[in-house]
Amino acid sequence: MMNITDQLTFECETGNYHTFCPISCVSWLYQKIKDSFFLVIGTKTCGYFLQNAMGVMIFAEPRYAMAELEEADISAQLSDYGELKRLCLQIKRDRHPGVIFWIGTCTTEIIKMDLEGLAPRLEAEIGVPIVVARANGLDYAFTQGEDTVLASMAQRCPRKLVVSKNPTSNMDSWMSRKKKIRNTIQKSSVPLIVFGSLTDSIADQLSSELETQGIYVSGWLPSKNYADLPVIQEGSYVVGVNPFLSRTATALMRRRKAKLISAPFPIGPDGTKAWIEKICSIFNVTPKGLQHREEKVWNNVSDYLELVHGKSVFFMGDNLLEISLARFLIRCGMVVYEIGIPYMDKRYQAAELELLEKTCRYMDTMLPVIVEKPDNYNQLERIHELKPDLVITGMAYANPLEARGINTKWSVEFTFSQIHGFMNTKEILQLVTKPLIRNTTLKNLSPALYTTQIKS
Amino acid sequence: MKLAYWMYAGPAHIGTLRIASSFNNVHAIMHAPLGDDYFNVMRSMLERERDFTPVTASIVDRHVLARGSREKVVNNILRKDKEERPDLIVLTPTCTSSILQEDLHNFAYRASLESSADVLLADVNHYRVNELQASDRTLEQIVRFYLEKACKKKTVHFKKTLKPSVNIIGVVGLGFHNQHDLSELRRLFGDLNISINLVIPEGSSVHDLCDLPCAWFNCVPYREVGMLTAQYLQKEFNMPFVDVTPMGLMKITNFIRQVENVLGTLEYSVNYDMYIDTQTRFISQSAWFSRSIDCQNLTGKTAVVFGDLTHASSMARILHSEMGVNVKWVGTYCKYDAEWFRNEVSDISKKIVFSEDHAVIAKLIKETDPAVIFGTQMERHIGKKLGIPCGVISSPVHIQNFPLSYRPFLGYEGTNQIADLIYNSFTLGMEDHLLDLFGGHDVLSSPQADNISSIKWSQEAILELNKIPGFVRKTVKKNTEFFASQQLIDVITVETMYLAKEKL
Repeated sequence: MMNITDQLTFECETGNYHTFCPISCVSWLYQKIKDSFFLVIGTKTCGYFLQNAMGVMIFAEPRYAMAELEEADISAQLSDYGELKRLCLQIKRDRHPGVIFWIGTCTTEIIKMDLEGLAPRLEAEIGVPIVVARANGLDYAFTQGEDTVLASMAQRCPRKLVVSKNPTSNMDSWMSRKKKIRNTIQKSSVPLIVFGSLTDSIADQLSSELETQGIYVSGWLPSKNYADLPVIQEGSYVVGVNPFLSRTATALMRRRKAKLISAPFPIGPDGTKAWIEKICSIFNVTPKGLQHREEKVWNNVSDYLELVHGKSVFFMGDNLLEISLARFLIRCGMVVYEIGIPYMDKRYQAAELELLEKTCRYMDTMLPVIVEKPDNYNQLERIHELKPDLVITGMAYANPLEARGINTKWSVEFTFSQIHGFMNTKEILQLVTKPLIRNTTLKNLSPALYTTQIKS
Repeated sequence: MKLAYWMYAGPAHIGTLRIASSFNNVHAIMHAPLGDDYFNVMRSMLERERDFTPVTASIVDRHVLARGSREKVVNNILRKDKEERPDLIVLTPTCTSSILQEDLHNFAYRASLESSADVLLADVNHYRVNELQASDRTLEQIVRFYLEKACKKKTVHFKKTLKPSVNIIGVVGLGFHNQHDLSELRRLFGDLNISINLVIPEGSSVHDLCDLPCAWFNCVPYREVGMLTAQYLQKEFNMPFVDVTPMGLMKITNFIRQVENVLGTLEYSVNYDMYIDTQTRFISQSAWFSRSIDCQNLTGKTAVVFGDLTHASSMARILHSEMGVNVKWVGTYCKYDAEWFRNEVSDISKKIVFSEDHAVIAKLIKETDPAVIFGTQMERHIGKKLGIPCGVISSPVHIQNFPLSYRPFLGYEGTNQIADLIYNSFTLGMEDHLLDLFGGHDVLSSPQADNISSIKWSQEAILELNKIPGFVRKTVKKNTEFFASQQLIDVITVETMYLAKEKL
């Protein structure tokens, strides 16, 4: 059943797999964009998912809410415009957001609610920008939710720097931005915008890595505040930090006429180095000290590398980080059997796929099978046959697999942990080795005590 | 449209899935978009299930929107039939499929022609019923389906068991302490010399359902799930049922009396007086606890209760009638069964609250300022914010409410657990106040600091106020300010305080 070939193989299954609904992106985006409010226009089902999946966060007065559709909304007895206006005015009054995001869901798709049409009218009427993103389970999986939001935001980025007419706007941040942009113009002729939502500290770390090479980041999409969205001009360079941002990349290229730098993603020291090198090559900079920096990181994590060396991994696939993580783990000495992935954009991920192939050759290990739209049932049969040392999977399967004596790591943790840049290499390895270490500690407890028989 | 941050009861399909996955060898197929199978995560995480949750989705994607499901749903049912060999496949509609208006009945029918499993379409409307109502309906639907089928085939077992026996109806996966309650019910019926005929749905097979009529009567421990089934069995098979929740000493007694009555009508006379007496006095510590000095200190202490029908009403009864606690108000989020609830608790409190809005509940709690809250996880968080202790007595709950240790809420052992829960909630509060009283830590700000009302306090009055024990200080402050505003007094002096105390 394993195809051992010297090329990456791509397969596509039925799409019967478990993943989070893409509306989950509001949970990290509302924290990233400080002046935002996210309104998810959907049903009880969406609300139930958000309140359960996001656990405790719901109690910290989050800047997101459901616009829960009722029967009268579905049968169009109520006017969408009137209803949304009522809710948005309430949000404006209670929370004073700088921007309201409308997250379209499966239901708004099916009843064909024209959110994109309603938003500009309402925006003009209530005086708060309204950005529409269709992050629904009909079209997208999990992290792709962020992609739809950023793609919509890309259209809102200013084309040139204008002095805000609003005197209360944050002058300081505007000044520092202006200074940065002046610097950028001095050092490199073309501005560089990085896209992808990372925590502020990770974004700063990556910016400073580039600065060390003499390349200045003129802005991030998203910015800390909606009011500070970066200027994107025709011909600006853009580069992604996450593998699931293909729509954003497309929007930046087609709608904003920006030039996309296709690079591997800065996940793991190998990925980070390749990411910086690629950006350097575009700006005609010879990278300094990167080799040394990467080696030092690898040395720092040598204990972890010993633990994972030669162990096998199976990615069931649910968050689109899989290719980058697999590439990193192979470089760490692991064997990857299968990379399940919800959606594979071969163009956007071209450089990452190339690095994956190169890494396999360099480590002299098998090339994994990449399974797009996987079928979880079939995957469980393959796992049963292959008996990998580690399965990276969703929470729906983790406990049942553990009960069958198979080590698992919950994949969602990779989405919510800090995994980018040189600094976070250890973080990824800690996630990967936790089940291995834990289950070694427990080995004196007879496995028969807690595992069940596998149904044949 | 409704602006909502939180909901107490989930969407309808969750109820259906809870029933389906509670049976053995029943598989549910959701007609749903990607990501709607979050139920599997909840079951696997909260219940720490070792087995794969028998729920899959027949994914609704763009193609389904454009061209309809066509063969997709039927093929998915047939595929699951081959892979898992379930006895029954429950096709489960979701909010998405409700508005697509595909003929799911027809899909279920067509699939049933070819599959070896039975196929049912869960008869629930997403926009009209919630999780609890849907579970009640689905259980009745499955029971009805198998009994009607067995009637046709003449395979129903009508012959009553030799000795008295009972069916326990409504024990469900992801239910609040359901597993522990079930053990306790088994013990209780064992003590009463009544054998358990069937427990549904948890752990039972649909093939057993034709044995339901063999029991002498049915027991519905929870108001939310099982009533429809019990009513159906009464109507079609002339089976009486007991629907008192045996939670708290009074209701356990009431429950046993009802069992006595039911058996009496079946011409089987029993007298459980001795049993009730011994259990109440010696097995349960709760009656003695109520009498003890500890509990005397609870007299007149204030509490509010909020939760589902079963737990909120039973808890309010225990606090009011068994502990002497002053229940300021009691409420439920099950608005659909308001009449029953009002009936249950009307003598406990004048104020009965029906709301699905946690903000309303939070506001009420703040206004009431009780010594303790008994509610759901949401009320626990509200209590945290307000510095009021909270005992969790009802869903919705988190993983810590699926304890590993034995924690029933029903039966005699349940009374002990509840007494501990009540006592611990109060003493934790007391401890805090004592610390405060003896200056253990100085966290309460002076009235001036948190005084947002326009009324000023004189220096002496502030000093006087600070002498008052922390746990009543807030109330005294509020009352005095209320009095002052009524009397149009601008500055509160020590004298005003005394006056207020006298007048209010």
